[in-house]
Amino acid sequence: MKQMICIVCPKGCHLTVTPSGDTFKVSGNECPRGEKYAIEEMTCPKRMVPSTVRIEGGLLHRLPVITDQPIEKKYIGDLMKALNGVTVKAPIQQGEIILENIFDTKVNIVASRSMM
Amino acid sequence: MSAYDLVVIGGGPAGLAAAVEAYDNGVESILIIERDRELGGILMQCIHNGFGLHHFKEELTGPAYAERFINMLKAKGIDYKIDTMVAEMTKDKRIKTMSATDGITWVQAKAIILAMGCRERTRGAISIPGSRPAGVFTAGTAQRYINMEGYMVGERVFILGSGDIGLIMARRMTLEGAKVLGVAEIMPHSNGLTRNIVQCLDDFEIPLYLSHTIVEIRGKDRLSGITIAQVDEKMQPIEGTEKVIECDTLLLSVGLIPENEISRALGVVIDPRTKGPLVNQYMETSLEGVFACGNVVHVHDLVDYVTEESIRAGRNAAAFIKGRQFKAVETYTMTAPGEGIGYIVPQEICEQSTDDTVTLLFRVKKTYKNARINVLGDGEKIKSIKKLHLAPSEMERVDLKLEKAYQQLTVEVEA
Amino acid sequence: MFDVTIIGAGVIGASVASYLSKYQLSVVVLERENDVACGTSKANTGLVHAGYDTHAGTVKAAMNVRGNQMYEAESERLKFPFRKIGSLVVALNDEEYEVVESLFENGKILGIEGLEILDGNAVKAMEPSITAEPVGALYAPSAGITEPWEVTMAYMEHAMDNGVALKLNYTVSQIQKTSDGFLINDEIETKLIVNCAGVHADDLYGMVTETPEFKIIPRRGQYYLLDKETEGFVNHTIFPTPTKMGKGIVVAPTIDGNILVGPDSEDLPQSMKEATETTRENLMALKENAAHMCGNIPFHLNITNFSGMRAEPDTGDFIIEMSKVDGFVNVAGIKSPGLSSAPAIAERVEGIVKQAFVSLMPNEDYVDTRRERIKFNHLDEAAQAALMRKDPRYGRIICRCEMITEGEIVDAIHRNCGGRTLNGIKRRVRPGAGRCQGGFCGPRVMEILSRELDLPLTAIVQEGKDAYILTKETKVEEEA
Repeated sequence: MKQMICIVCPKGCHLTVTPSGDTFKVSGNECPRGEKYAIEEMTCPKRMVPSTVRIEGGLLHRLPVITDQPIEKKYIGDLMKALNGVTVKAPIQQGEIILENIFDTKVNIVASRSMM
Repeated sequence: MSAYDLVVIGGGPAGLAAAVEAYDNGVESILIIERDRELGGILMQCIHNGFGLHHFKEELTGPAYAERFINMLKAKGIDYKIDTMVAEMTKDKRIKTMSATDGITWVQAKAIILAMGCRERTRGAISIPGSRPAGVFTAGTAQRYINMEGYMVGERVFILGSGDIGLIMARRMTLEGAKVLGVAEIMPHSNGLTRNIVQCLDDFEIPLYLSHTIVEIRGKDRLSGITIAQVDEKMQPIEGTEKVIECDTLLLSVGLIPENEISRALGVVIDPRTKGPLVNQYMETSLEGVFACGNVVHVHDLVDYVTEESIRAGRNAAAFIKGRQFKAVETYTMTAPGEGIGYIVPQEICEQSTDDTVTLLFRVKKTYKNARINVLGDGEKIKSIKKLHLAPSEMERVDLKLEKAYQQLTVEVEA
Repeated sequence: MFDVTIIGAGVIGASVASYLSKYQLSVVVLERENDVACGTSKANTGLVHAGYDTHAGTVKAAMNVRGNQMYEAESERLKFPFRKIGSLVVALNDEEYEVVESLFENGKILGIEGLEILDGNAVKAMEPSITAEPVGALYAPSAGITEPWEVTMAYMEHAMDNGVALKLNYTVSQIQKTSDGFLINDEIETKLIVNCAGVHADDLYGMVTETPEFKIIPRRGQYYLLDKETEGFVNHTIFPTPTKMGKGIVVAPTIDGNILVGPDSEDLPQSMKEATETTRENLMALKENAAHMCGNIPFHLNITNFSGMRAEPDTGDFIIEMSKVDGFVNVAGIKSPGLSSAPAIAERVEGIVKQAFVSLMPNEDYVDTRRERIKFNHLDEAAQAALMRKDPRYGRIICRCEMITEGEIVDAIHRNCGGRTLNGIKRRVRPGAGRCQGGFCGPRVMEILSRELDLPLTAIVQEGKDAYILTKETKVEEEA
């Protein structure tokens, strides 16, 4: 049995996870997303990763970017390194894909904002 | 002198939402004045996700949240001026602005919405003793350097204050290659969201020192270290619990203060509890036709709540411009923080019809478990709500329909 | 070979440099810090004392009384702020009242004008924030307030405008006596040295003699500086009755509209001359002590704490003389009222230098005044508009707390003795001196410094040369 706090939304439900055969039994969650989170946290934990990349010709020198869905925790370090090598050119639209299907995870890195 | 029906001071989330809402309520002559180089306010440096769950029912980053409103603003053709400072306002609603492109201009408004947001408390506000080296930043300033300017502020970092900005910065600095050595919180509990403790501290094994504060800052040119110590119930450092931490950077996340210098100069009455303008349920300040919303009124936990409050201000400012006089009523009800309550917004309720709902927003002074929130009308209990958990870091709300005109509404905690 | 080398660029070194720039002399000022006014001149109460508490017959009394008389004209000539607001020395019991009476008598002997003894009611009427019950007070209308670092910068800028050189980040570690003067650090030759080294004046003098006649005790004083919102809390400088440890904890308005509370007084060992940190114990005690006089000081509006080191001479008096080492002039032990005395001290040193050089020719290009610094926020609207038309940078507000424009910052960078650091700009034009303490304007000022000085942002420092603010750019690929 493992106690954890759901981080899917700011509510922070206190979850209890018990192994049950091949999978896990989750309690304490107020919504189905909590159950999914808990099982994922036990099997392959994932996180949203916000960061920036260099941008040329824009209002600022950095463009904020974020994973379009949670990425496996084990990739976070490599993701940060990969972002260090990215330079985009303005204009950029919010939601534009900056890095596609990174590490074959189906996760895209997208622009958090538009920048002229 | 140019003239607008509505002038909104500040183009952050509060000002944007208020302007858009006023427009949707039939006021088209609107000007937003923003001192920064773009609209969006502090959201533009809050590049993490977690914004918009209430208002948009989805989770956005700060810049993306702001952009939704900026797009609405632009689609409606609402005027705005960036890189422009409000130097002065007069009681007859003339506003003096300054900018490098337009010089000094005066704008006449029919109504004004104050939406200047807040600023961070600094080292001086909490009098941390020691030397005065470089490397001591407020968390928000560091956030701007890293996320917008693209510069790191240090390598070995300690953070004072476990509010969300402090926690978010712990993760940001770690991901950018810095070593975050710990977060100290003077209270016995964290002020941040639990999920931020998990994903910003626990994920990176960053220790959280509860009931701890910084008792000394060292270093001549650049910060070389700090001393932290445990505090007793009176928040005083306990001798013998000192711990020396060698670091080159200290981030302070020790609270926010509504930014009301120009409101004060205008003559708006400021509530010493919130440090923001005293408002009625229409978000109208002590001056008729001058409204206020967002963190300039009181510091909110979530931008979604700022948006909600600003929509109210925008809608009512529009009604005022169309002739409704909120202050032309017979009776007023004052709200009063009772036992355990730090402040209440609004501070004043103008007489209204019994069908209207009044929303009281407030904070408790300390944490409670299994307590009740009671609302008393002239001493008589008119509402009581059970609360499993109450904490100063979480804004509470009560929605009320007032059956009759009370002189005073008191909110209190029954432990 | 320089004619005169001034060591130390505090208010004393700067004012001496300014006064010597009238002559055909090659003058250099050596300063170990990254800016002028980085020692005692940076952290003091900013008062121009009337002088009633200095004993007749001492050098200190002569300097203070003369300095006070000179301030108004100096402030007009060199365009630094000065306001005669008057001071009160408040007696809370009969014993203290006797001291106040003796100060009054002493002041009369010194010829200080306008001194008056007020009764308790008059004191309360003048300063309702005094919550104690005063027996009476000495009122000195000639006491004033100024901005100590601007006085220092004004003198140094004026000196440099007239040909004086300034070397920053230059530490003097050895001085040799030569046949026609001195050799400093094996590289700088000079005929004369003027020792204005503040708390280190004894160490410096020790480089040329084995038997120095004085020692400097570092006396630390800590302060609270309150937000401008407190303006008007008091309108005069309020002193308690003095003791042998000094003038006591003052509650005073600053020239910029803040309220200053401090300093306490703590003698430190010789080894602690650099210990300008604040301490928890002292800050707490300071609060308590100040409350004896004014019980309702709004300490919750504190914006910063700082501490300063005063150069307390073990001889008790200012030392301003050609020392026993020929060509080595000591200007030492200049504790309070050093700021008040600065112009008079400069005048006296000018006399000593004139005596040392047999025939001094006037500097033919000498300009007596300093170009005024524009304070945008103090101009009327027409003047603001005119300025902005001429230079749009005066329309861009960088510091919202103090309403400082980009134009003022750029000017402060490019003047002689210009600001090259965040704190240097803060002291010259005040962005960052307000309630947000640079939280908002810091990044903007960094950007301007970087652009104007053509330096990368990572090379901009807060104060000392190693006080870097940013470490590196983000998103840089690490080299393999």
